[in-house]
Amino acid sequence: MHREAKLGLILLLTPFLLWLSLLIIIPHIDLLLVSLRERVGVGEYKISLGNYLTFFTEPLYMMTFLRTAVMSIFATLLTLLIGFPVAYYIAKMAKGRTQSALFLLCLVPFWVSELVRTFGWMILLRETGIISNLLQSLGLAQGPVEMLYNDAAIMVGLVYTSMLFMVVPLVTTLESLPDEVVEAGYDLGGSGLSVLREIVIPHAMPGIVSGSIVVFMLCLGNYLTPTMLGGKESLWFTELIYSQFIVRFNWELGAAFGFLLLILSSVIVWGMLRLTGQSLEKTMG
Amino acid sequence: MTPDLQCTNLTKKFGETTAVDNVSFSVPAGSFFSILGPSGCGKTTIMRMIAGFLEPSSGDIQIKGNSVLNVPPNKRHVNMVFQHLALFPMMNIADNIGYGLRRAGMHKKDIGFKVDEALERIGLPGIGQRRVNELSGGQKQRVAIARCMVLEPDVLLLDEPLGALDLKLREHMKVELKSLQAAFDTTFVYITHDQSEALVMSDNIAVMNAGRFEQVGSAQDLYYRPDTAFVAGFVGDSNRWSGKVIKQDGSNTLVQTTSGLTLRGATQGRALSEGDTIDAFVRPEAIRIAHNAQDLASFDNQISGTVTSILFNGAASRVMVRDVAGHEEVAVNLPQSGEFANLTKGAPVHIGWASDQANCFGAGVA
Repeated sequence: MHREAKLGLILLLTPFLLWLSLLIIIPHIDLLLVSLRERVGVGEYKISLGNYLTFFTEPLYMMTFLRTAVMSIFATLLTLLIGFPVAYYIAKMAKGRTQSALFLLCLVPFWVSELVRTFGWMILLRETGIISNLLQSLGLAQGPVEMLYNDAAIMVGLVYTSMLFMVVPLVTTLESLPDEVVEAGYDLGGSGLSVLREIVIPHAMPGIVSGSIVVFMLCLGNYLTPTMLGGKESLWFTELIYSQFIVRFNWELGAAFGFLLLILSSVIVWGMLRLTGQSLEKTMG
Repeated sequence: MTPDLQCTNLTKKFGETTAVDNVSFSVPAGSFFSILGPSGCGKTTIMRMIAGFLEPSSGDIQIKGNSVLNVPPNKRHVNMVFQHLALFPMMNIADNIGYGLRRAGMHKKDIGFKVDEALERIGLPGIGQRRVNELSGGQKQRVAIARCMVLEPDVLLLDEPLGALDLKLREHMKVELKSLQAAFDTTFVYITHDQSEALVMSDNIAVMNAGRFEQVGSAQDLYYRPDTAFVAGFVGDSNRWSGKVIKQDGSNTLVQTTSGLTLRGATQGRALSEGDTIDAFVRPEAIRIAHNAQDLASFDNQISGTVTSILFNGAASRVMVRDVAGHEEVAVNLPQSGEFANLTKGAPVHIGWASDQANCFGAGVA
């Protein structure tokens, strides 16, 4: 009996352990090893921190790295700002069928592949695109307007792709807030703003943090949206990693970049949790 | 003196359904007023209109003589203890109680002082730093009341706040609520579907059914002198029989129930004539049970029968008695003085009651 239970546990854990070790732990150990070696000749390597040093001495790498971090944080905040009212409406104000319909509407864009969705934005925003034409026909613009290939275009794309991942955890936490508690806030003299600040937001904090973590990581690691909407004007750190691996065949530097990105996202998530006084168990459990 | 709360012709319609139908009442300052009714009778709707969460379709609500119809809930001097208390789980107890004072813009030091005073008053000093989920049900109850009372509202509304407590605690809180009300000297409006809560605590009770007030009066009024069949059936327990008036002679009414039992009842001034279909109500505690028929000589209703079952429930024990002819089964309270301790199923007994204890109401009125 005891042995059978043990066997069952092993069988259940096997897929998870395989997934964890084959796809996450082993590649990362290899990545770390690759990032720590330097090519000195044909087929000759030595261990050094040279790749990491290159990153810190080359301003382009450093700037792109910081830019990616700052813009990801900004995109996360923007998603939260837009997503919160949407989630509040779905969770607290909409009832019955409207509620599920609105929730479904948030999901609809995800039936289309990310590539097609991003192309949709290009059709809207490019020089010969719909918005440009509309502005011209209305007489608001003299010539064609290029709205692609800048930071704002990237931001629009990132917020759009991330919205669902913010709305879902927010709806879940807001739904668990009893209407009675909100009413009590008003009944005891609170205004709309103070009820939001003292009751709704503290209650929704686990949802806000878990949504923000997911959105932030998605933005930081996004490749498609910054490449297609940002073009050459707006570099994203993932593009640098891609070019090191694929274009320049410099796997050593690419691996170092990959590791730096992992460290960056870990540090920022940790900082976010400390700042809001939440723990990972509380937000993810 | 102007009453603390006055509702005039209050009506609330949700689409086609009328939840509250032309209700008027007033609550004098410092009294404990209860609205008692089955669930879905509209009592919560009245409460939410007074608190300001619902707009009445027509009618007026006045607090201390001023209409509050266009005053939002956060500006009304009315506070509410919610059914599930609605304490703020994200704050500690002191912040919960101080919430309203902070919103009113009171100085931080004064808030601390007032919160301590309130905690003292509800008998829970020194728990200010605890979290909401560390308190027991009864403690939460008291904190919820203190959270409202620090704001010194004109009227405190309580929406079935004892519903979530277990039976023993509920009995205890009934007494406690009454003494808290006396201590704070505030007008309480309490809604409940539990008649014993209403009867024990209230100065005045309104019995509500299907959007209307059936009767407003003291607990004794409702219990001894119900105005309508609904009140007679809802407040306290009753044997209820439908039947016909077969003889009407002054205050003496002779009734035959549909199953053939003949009894004498009282109309308490309600106009009933021969041939009317009626409902007669006799409380089990108004019926005397005896071993000998002679003991019941003073009662004008006497029935001999046999015990069909004994429902033992301590002080509230009952026996079911079927009359010899087998018309009806009558619930009778069992005296606990010992003389009926060996009563068994099938034993012959005699029961009787005075005709004025048998309240008759014309059917169709209720």
